[in-house]
Amino acid sequence: MAKKIWVVLQQRDGKLHRMSWEAIVAGQKLAELEGGKLSAVILGSGLEASGEELASTALAAVHLVDNEALATYAPGPFIGALAAAIEAEKPDLVVFPHTYQSVDFVPRLAQTVGAALVPEITGFELGDEGLVFRRPIMAGKLEAQVRAKGEGTVMVSVQSGAFSPDELQSGSSTVEVLAVDLPELSADREILGVEDVGGEQVDLSQSEIVVAVGRGIGGADNMGIIEELAEALGGEIGASRPVIDSGWLPRDRQIGSSGQTVAPKLYLAAGISGAIQHLVGMKGSKVIVAINKDPSAPIFGIAQYGIVGDLHEIVPALTAAIREAKAE
Amino acid sequence: MKIAVCIKQVPESEARLRVAADGKWVEEEDLTFVVNESDEYALEEGLTIAEKTGGEVVVFSLGPERVREALRKGLALGASRAVHLSDPAFLGGDALATGHALAAALAQEEVPFDLVLTGSQSDDAGYGSTGSVIAGYLGWPHAWLVMGVEVEEGEKTAKVKREMESGMNEIFRLGLPAVLEIQAGINQPRYASLKGIMQAKKKEIRETGLADLGLAAADVGAAGSRLEILSVAFPETGKAAEIFEGDPAAAAGQLVEKLQKEARVL
Repeated sequence: MAKKIWVVLQQRDGKLHRMSWEAIVAGQKLAELEGGKLSAVILGSGLEASGEELASTALAAVHLVDNEALATYAPGPFIGALAAAIEAEKPDLVVFPHTYQSVDFVPRLAQTVGAALVPEITGFELGDEGLVFRRPIMAGKLEAQVRAKGEGTVMVSVQSGAFSPDELQSGSSTVEVLAVDLPELSADREILGVEDVGGEQVDLSQSEIVVAVGRGIGGADNMGIIEELAEALGGEIGASRPVIDSGWLPRDRQIGSSGQTVAPKLYLAAGISGAIQHLVGMKGSKVIVAINKDPSAPIFGIAQYGIVGDLHEIVPALTAAIREAKAE
Repeated sequence: MKIAVCIKQVPESEARLRVAADGKWVEEEDLTFVVNESDEYALEEGLTIAEKTGGEVVVFSLGPERVREALRKGLALGASRAVHLSDPAFLGGDALATGHALAAALAQEEVPFDLVLTGSQSDDAGYGSTGSVIAGYLGWPHAWLVMGVEVEEGEKTAKVKREMESGMNEIFRLGLPAVLEIQAGINQPRYASLKGIMQAKKKEIRETGLADLGLAAADVGAAGSRLEILSVAFPETGKAAEIFEGDPAAAAGQLVEKLQKEARVL
């Protein structure tokens, strides 16, 4: 029997989240590999128009789960509704985008329905061991091949950027309300509002050159060498999350999934190992240069040029070399 | 308030990693271990709330003998006592199995906890799920990626800020007891004082095992897991960077020349 595969999409005000498209691509590839049928599932309230965006996407169906309690996200109602749907329909595989929203509720959903959960996958293969997933470990320095054990539904969440929306298979889909009796869905959170943390005061996306600094700088007192390099290059200073969390630079300098996204013509990363949360915010840069003392740091995997060594020695040397080159 | 903080010990972030002989994890023999980054923030948050509300922090960790060092750090920072889930049967678990064991240990306290804090994600396995699983077993509300906690008057509810993508936080109220999975950057973790370190030596680290928790070996560790790691490896990188080595000045000079003449970005 064809395997039943679902992709649960994240949407807001009828518009799909960017990573929902990437999750569909992963789902389509899994369906191909497993000989299965992929359907999309959308949760929300007043969803009538929500399937339209998917009209020309190759999907067996778009299932809408429409309930007032699903109007604003909270884990309780989302888990309640999806658990009921999964128990009724028994999909073999459920794919989620690995968003900040899905990580908030998917682990507990998996536990509730007794599913295995493989979080943050970047790929998969069908081998002698069955379906084997790849996922990063050690903050992206290593990759693990992982398999789900036991019976029942397997859930996966798809890492940002692992699948390209350009590979989306077009076709058609029909939209239908999923015929599942939902239990009473009661909110486990009283939503009070949202706040802007002020992440966009300095607009780094307009800068042609970005000098980004990571944990390797060691402290706010050492920031002078970075300022000098940025000045010599005529660029702006950005940072990875640990630098911001440590209070060494203000939050409006943060680049990555919880900060700004940049794509300058030159991105110079000093002391940044290259966790995926950082890479998603800068991988579109034209030329990437990495300085890191660890030759196995993931940042070297996307950089064109690199220097392996202590940034405290290399950055001043680089500043001097740039000044000299510009003086010529 | 009575607060539990669950912490994990992970390889230090700058550590040079090697794949273990069985190919299934990293070689731990010569690694330096530290408290997982977001767990340090969870500890600080727990200590701050305990100070404000007049309560105590109990610190929990699951793992081999070495995690006593992490627990000792929690005690030095101000936790009143520690619980070490030390049974070898607990080892090698995924978030489901580890969360099961931790939830059982947390539920054993005579006076129940008002709040359980964890980090939001470990820097080694990185499942980002253990706190949610604990909440599931305890039947409590939870929130992941917490960037602010304000316990409200009466100590029955907390106002919680949770990080969303693109620089926004969502704010909501949760009923207590709850499990909050703390995001790095929520506060500024304190350093242990000499006095704290001295006092920690006298504080209790209680060991607990399968039988104490009324669990079966099949519930926990590798046996209780739904995930199996088949192998680990350094990822293949699409295109390897061109690396300049040697003396910093020479390497910098070569790089600048490439940036000018080949990449043409200077």
